Amino acid sequence: MNIMVNGESMAWQPGMKVRDILNIRNYTFKMLVIKVNGTLVKRAQWDSYRIPEHAEVSVIHLISGG
Amino acid sequence: MQAIKDQFFSRHNPRFIPILRHARIGIAGAGGLGSNVAVTLVRTGIGALVIADFDRVEASNLNRQQFFLSQLGETKVDALKSNLEKIHPFTLLEMHQIRINEENVVPIFGQCDILIEAFDTAESKEMLIETWCSAFPKKPIIVGSGLAGVGNNNALKTRQSGTLYICGDETTQLQGRISPMAPRVGIVANMQANCALEILFKGIQ
Repeated sequence: MNIMVNGESMAWQPGMKVRDILNIRNYTFKMLVIKVNGTLVKRAQWDSYRIPEHAEVSVIHLISGG
Repeated sequence: MQAIKDQFFSRHNPRFIPILRHARIGIAGAGGLGSNVAVTLVRTGIGALVIADFDRVEASNLNRQQFFLSQLGETKVDALKSNLEKIHPFTLLEMHQIRINEENVVPIFGQCDILIEAFDTAESKEMLIETWCSAFPKKPIIVGSGLAGVGNNNALKTRQSGTLYICGDETTQLQGRISPMAPRVGIVANMQANCALEILFKGIQ
């Protein structure tokens, strides 16, 4: 089973949480927005939100400047 | 003035005009991104803009923001309103001199069809996206992320994830000698404005 993270395939595991993706992919940006199948997952839910099989995940870096 | 108004809109696709005139777009922040987005959207003849910013015009803003030397010390919302009104009077401008937080996003921008994020810090960008997407899961929000530095035009892009659109290179951080400069800030602001029009006119030819 796989999920797609920013267009790249990644192995899915039962019980996988948003935080696991961030750890496995080694995302180090402090400010991120995560969307799972188009739905925003708030930072407060990153440790509890379960990633469904075949999920489409977007990890968006937020960078200062404007 | 009616003749001027007719002329102003005379080159637009007639099918776009009613959509444009009924559109209400929010701009959170009136700095580098926000002031440029506002000028572009007023140029299009958008119906209404809701713009919020707490800050005042400083000399360092003049390198990329749509303000003038004579406006130093004025609130950004007052200065921007006066500059936008000089372009034409056909866009309704609702200005809020306030710092946007979790509590006031909905009361200030709730009536908008689309929200454009034009903040400076990554923390405030995250707050705005989380608040908007939770309150309005079906309404678009267009974010700028990664616009500092010079060159590398082709790294600037728009990515969509559901109702969230991200304009920028998503890479270049502000650090050391990499600062936001007029060309890339202007490009990303105009990408945001262009993206908003694309959403408004979707399916109309």
